[in-house]
Amino acid sequence: MRGNVVIAGIGQTAFGKLPGRSTISLNIEACRKALADARIEKDMVDALVVKPPTSDPVFMYGQTLAEAMGMQPRIGGAWDQGGAANISLISFMAMAIEHRQCEVALVCYADNPRTGSRHAYEKAWGSDAAFGWFGVPAGYAMLARRHMDEFGTTGDELGAIAVAARRHGAANPSAQLRKPITLEQYRDSPWVVEPLRRDDCCLVSDGAAAVVLMSAERARSLGIDHAVPILGFGQGQSSWDVAQRADLTRTCAEVSGATAFAMAGLSPRDIDVAQIYDCFTITVLMTLEAYGFAPHGRGGAFCAAGRLEIDGELPLNTAGGLLSESGMPGLQLVTEGVRQMRGSANLQVRNARTCIVSNQGGIMHTHSTLILGQAQ
Amino acid sequence: MSGSALQHDDFPAPQRSAVSDAYWQALHDGRLVYQRCRSCSNAWLPPRSECPRCLLPDPAWQEASGNGRLVSWVVYHHAYHPYFAARIPYNVAVVELAERTRLVTNLVGATRSLAIGMAVALVIEREAGVALPRFAPA
Repeated sequence: MRGNVVIAGIGQTAFGKLPGRSTISLNIEACRKALADARIEKDMVDALVVKPPTSDPVFMYGQTLAEAMGMQPRIGGAWDQGGAANISLISFMAMAIEHRQCEVALVCYADNPRTGSRHAYEKAWGSDAAFGWFGVPAGYAMLARRHMDEFGTTGDELGAIAVAARRHGAANPSAQLRKPITLEQYRDSPWVVEPLRRDDCCLVSDGAAAVVLMSAERARSLGIDHAVPILGFGQGQSSWDVAQRADLTRTCAEVSGATAFAMAGLSPRDIDVAQIYDCFTITVLMTLEAYGFAPHGRGGAFCAAGRLEIDGELPLNTAGGLLSESGMPGLQLVTEGVRQMRGSANLQVRNARTCIVSNQGGIMHTHSTLILGQAQ
Repeated sequence: MSGSALQHDDFPAPQRSAVSDAYWQALHDGRLVYQRCRSCSNAWLPPRSECPRCLLPDPAWQEASGNGRLVSWVVYHHAYHPYFAARIPYNVAVVELAERTRLVTNLVGATRSLAIGMAVALVIEREAGVALPRFAPA
């Protein structure tokens, strides 16, 4: 089904502090903009699926949203997989469209942890609170320490990832944090949970994004000229929590990536631009290794020396990613991937014909990969 | 309410359940135990009602030797819970026991030069009346 389904429209809200806005309101704004971008009416949509807000998971959220949008979609509901859910939902909808279970799907996500509650990111893990085991950064720090000690990965190599994302975010008028940093400034950034510094950690953001999916054939018949084909997707679930994971430096992003590459008939050397989930710098490094851009354990050297910057060999997170554009978990990476494939990105990679997008959730518990092709 | 009572109340004590009660009781009695499946001999922590390998509900408690190796560790410079504010910077570690099960813990003793794979040994310490399994470089 390579290329049979396209992303025909994208929408997003402003990012940062959006006080007084509910996640329903934010989702509706993103969906309204995605429909306008695709130049289609709401009534054409017969699937509405949503990743539930991380900071306020509620029962039957998908139905609450559908009601607020006055819709009775054939397929509707919420899917919880942490940060991997958005791309997983896109892949489920692509399969549903291919098998005529629906024709036009909206996939969306909204959250407001910036002005609402950030408890979800700071809570204790399991029953280990007695040891002071709290918060999301610590889990990633545990992976980073192991990677550093086992392979000699350095803080500067992680810093190079932050420098690239911040450079790209600084150029993005829509980014929440438009402040580039140097490696020296990265080194001076305070520890949060060592070995991760403040500048290794993503933003906390209010905001929403949405995408419209349909068959390539449908997009052609509607005269949509910027439809971006989905070439491949795949998932992988590491499942085990950090303490129980047999190898802290390997994840099932290897599985999600290999599945997506096989479906697309492509390999890492065919990829022109990458939107890699950067909740923390170490996540990027480990995901690039898992996808095969660098051998296992060698991601640090790969990420250094500007390779991930806009003028480098593999431009990364060209709108700034979670580190600089918005800490929203992942759908904004897809919308930026779509802009790159349309040739309309703020920092456009010249002649970019393929884009890989990664989503992942928990402490690299869940993985979902998407490969996009040039707009038709 | 006195300050010390408040701090004691604030300690995020482990939630004991029907499945984990024997684990915490054993620590209280000075022993670290883990679970081993009577059917397939798989060993694990934290406590569960079913074996995650063969799915049978037949785990037995066994006493760990207390010897282990350091898998990884972090140092908190930010307190996510008020109880730990006075303790930062403090470490949290993952240790693999000789019996191949893993747990979240704190490292105590000579923690200045840590390295993954280093040998560590069990030290049971009491915090707010709760016996916790901690480890010191061996």
